[in-house]
Amino acid sequence: MKDLSLHILDILQNSVTAGASLIELDINEDPAKDKYSVKFTDNGRGMDAAMVQQVTDPFFTTRTTRKVGLGLPLLKQNAEQSGGWLSIHSTPGKGTEVQAVFGYSHIDRLPAGDIAGTMALTVSSYPAIEFIYTHNTPEGTFIFDTKEIKETLETVPISNPQVIAFMKDLIRENLEAIKAS
Amino acid sequence: MTKITSLADLRRIKSDVEAKMSLRERSETPESMVQIRVAMATCGIASGAKIVMDYMIDELDKRNIPAVVTQTGCMGYCYAEPTIEITRPGHGPIVFGFVDSKKADQIIEKYIKNGELLDGIIPVNYENIEGKK
Repeated sequence: MKDLSLHILDILQNSVTAGASLIELDINEDPAKDKYSVKFTDNGRGMDAAMVQQVTDPFFTTRTTRKVGLGLPLLKQNAEQSGGWLSIHSTPGKGTEVQAVFGYSHIDRLPAGDIAGTMALTVSSYPAIEFIYTHNTPEGTFIFDTKEIKETLETVPISNPQVIAFMKDLIRENLEAIKAS
Repeated sequence: MTKITSLADLRRIKSDVEAKMSLRERSETPESMVQIRVAMATCGIASGAKIVMDYMIDELDKRNIPAVVTQTGCMGYCYAEPTIEITRPGHGPIVFGFVDSKKADQIIEKYIKNGELLDGIIPVNYENIEGKK
């Protein structure tokens, strides 16, 4: 993966596949503590302890179309090579929390990439799922909540190209305003 | 300071879209629109599926082709990523492999607009992630 936004695009799919109706993404930039944290929380079907152990194994996957699953192993590798870690907490029937922590100033920390595009494409593909994206930097906090967007849109579908373009601009400009790295 | 895009802008877009919709989409059900699904699992993303999806959304809108572009999981064709599945109204789905922006442009012009087949089709018999247990 070339940047963080592609990892986010990938890991969000896990929550979608787990049947979640609410998916939260929290990004926390903390240069003072030299941490860049990306946390995914969903209310999907969750996993038992044995499965949590297995998911970072590249040869474990729940899918049937192929025999490898590289989403979480690649994220783990990228977090660890920047001096961070990956942690997974899950309760069957309740949901899963995946957190990847990167070293903020580490030269091997991936660039953030196009997070705005990732969010716009994901939320427009799954209109039935609510997403809440929170981004914290020392300059401020930005919250993107699809509930707000859908209430404003009423009958207009969230997959409309103009709406997708709007969401990209909204996120991009707000991230710039809080000086997201 | 420049003005930040806000929900007020969304309201404007909404009325704009609604005005257009009354002419076009309201009379059409989603089934009568071209359905495009971009395979977006780890393999697809790593091969550039996001660029293809962005391109499809932008270009179909520019060329005035009513279409729904969504993501799907891995179809099991990791070697041929990025792959996209296209369903034209009244036709069966067709999967194209090794799609980049250039290929996507050809797909729009030839297959989506005129129904002409072109190279890079993945043979039938595939099952998508939802269909396979």
